[in-house]
Amino acid sequence: METHKEIIILMHQYFDGEIDKVKEMELFTHIESCGACRNHFGELKQTISLIQSAENIQAPSGFTNSVISKLPKEKKRIKYKRLFQTHPILTAAAIFFILMLSGVFSQWNQDNELVVSKQENLIIKGDTVIVPENVVVDEDLVIQNGDLLVMGVIDGDVTIINGKLINEKPINGKLMASAGEVNGELQIVDRVFEWLWFQVKGLFKSVFSFSAG
Amino acid sequence: MEQIISEKIKQVKKGDQAAYSLVVNFYQDRIYQHCYRMLGNKHEAEDIAQEAFIRAYINIDSFDEKRKFSTWLYRIATNLTIDRIRKRKPDYYLDAEITGTEGLTMYSQLSSSDPLPSEEVESSELNRYIHQEISELPPKYRSIIILRYLEEFSLQEIASILDIPIGTVKTRIHRGREALRKRLRHV
Repeated sequence: METHKEIIILMHQYFDGEIDKVKEMELFTHIESCGACRNHFGELKQTISLIQSAENIQAPSGFTNSVISKLPKEKKRIKYKRLFQTHPILTAAAIFFILMLSGVFSQWNQDNELVVSKQENLIIKGDTVIVPENVVVDEDLVIQNGDLLVMGVIDGDVTIINGKLINEKPINGKLMASAGEVNGELQIVDRVFEWLWFQVKGLFKSVFSFSAG
Repeated sequence: MEQIISEKIKQVKKGDQAAYSLVVNFYQDRIYQHCYRMLGNKHEAEDIAQEAFIRAYINIDSFDEKRKFSTWLYRIATNLTIDRIRKRKPDYYLDAEITGTEGLTMYSQLSSSDPLPSEEVESSELNRYIHQEISELPPKYRSIIILRYLEEFSLQEIASILDIPIGTVKTRIHRGREALRKRLRHV
């Protein structure tokens, strides 16, 4: 027996869920009476359930990693951005650190001229500050970017930044012992971090003296 | 889940690969499975599925966020599998319409020469057989049958995945079902 073409169209509408009640009734009434169409309908139904019974397959292990490794390189900027987005404290720390460092370095680099806090009675020879014999410095002395040769007496604190205290110095071809003395605290700051520490300490000192006064 | 994915896609658009790895992880089984069903070969399936994810990442800027990401991803994967099938096919297609006929293809001229499976087939063997039969359908029917019955997309979704009118989807699903019926009715 031949199947009916228009009924087969109805079958497909039925499987697509696009059939109205009247047509559906027509389809099933026809199937009851027509063996060929009933058979065709059964085969289609079976086919669909067979396809749907196919098992699920999983992607091979390591699939995701393999894909990610083949992607074009992520922009560095984004990597850091993500890092900072997930760790706000890190962001704050980084910003603070950058500002701090840039401030410090610009200052460090700017000040490479010899600076002496007090110049009365002192002799400056090139990069060396000399406290001559018979001179008593009774204040604190700060020397930046220079060495200090003490032959007299310093009663205050001495701070040498980016320089050193010279104990012996050849003058007129003879080695002379540094005969002077420093009665206050002597501090030599030679490296960036020490200098930084010195700055910070100074800052705290001024803050506290400000609040105390 | 859709919500989470679209959130991740926004991050991916900014270039975030870590967000994309979550997206890949979420869709990997479905896309790999889709490719496997289209190609009938695990090695090629892995190849093409990876390619699909890489293309999606590279072209993420052209993805319209108002649409569903899964639809877009399936479209990329389907197009890649069809390209692959075309490349390996010889110079004629079974699904090409025979000139002078209406809707009749070379495919309908072939008789099924596959041996009948025995009554006691194991379920995995039956599965392999069904996969085999599906993978021998012409690609344009195959993709629709797979999307409809194995991945359970609606006709409307299939139309947007394949970027074809819904009427065409209906015609092809109709023909695909008939073709498979001929192949599977003896099971």
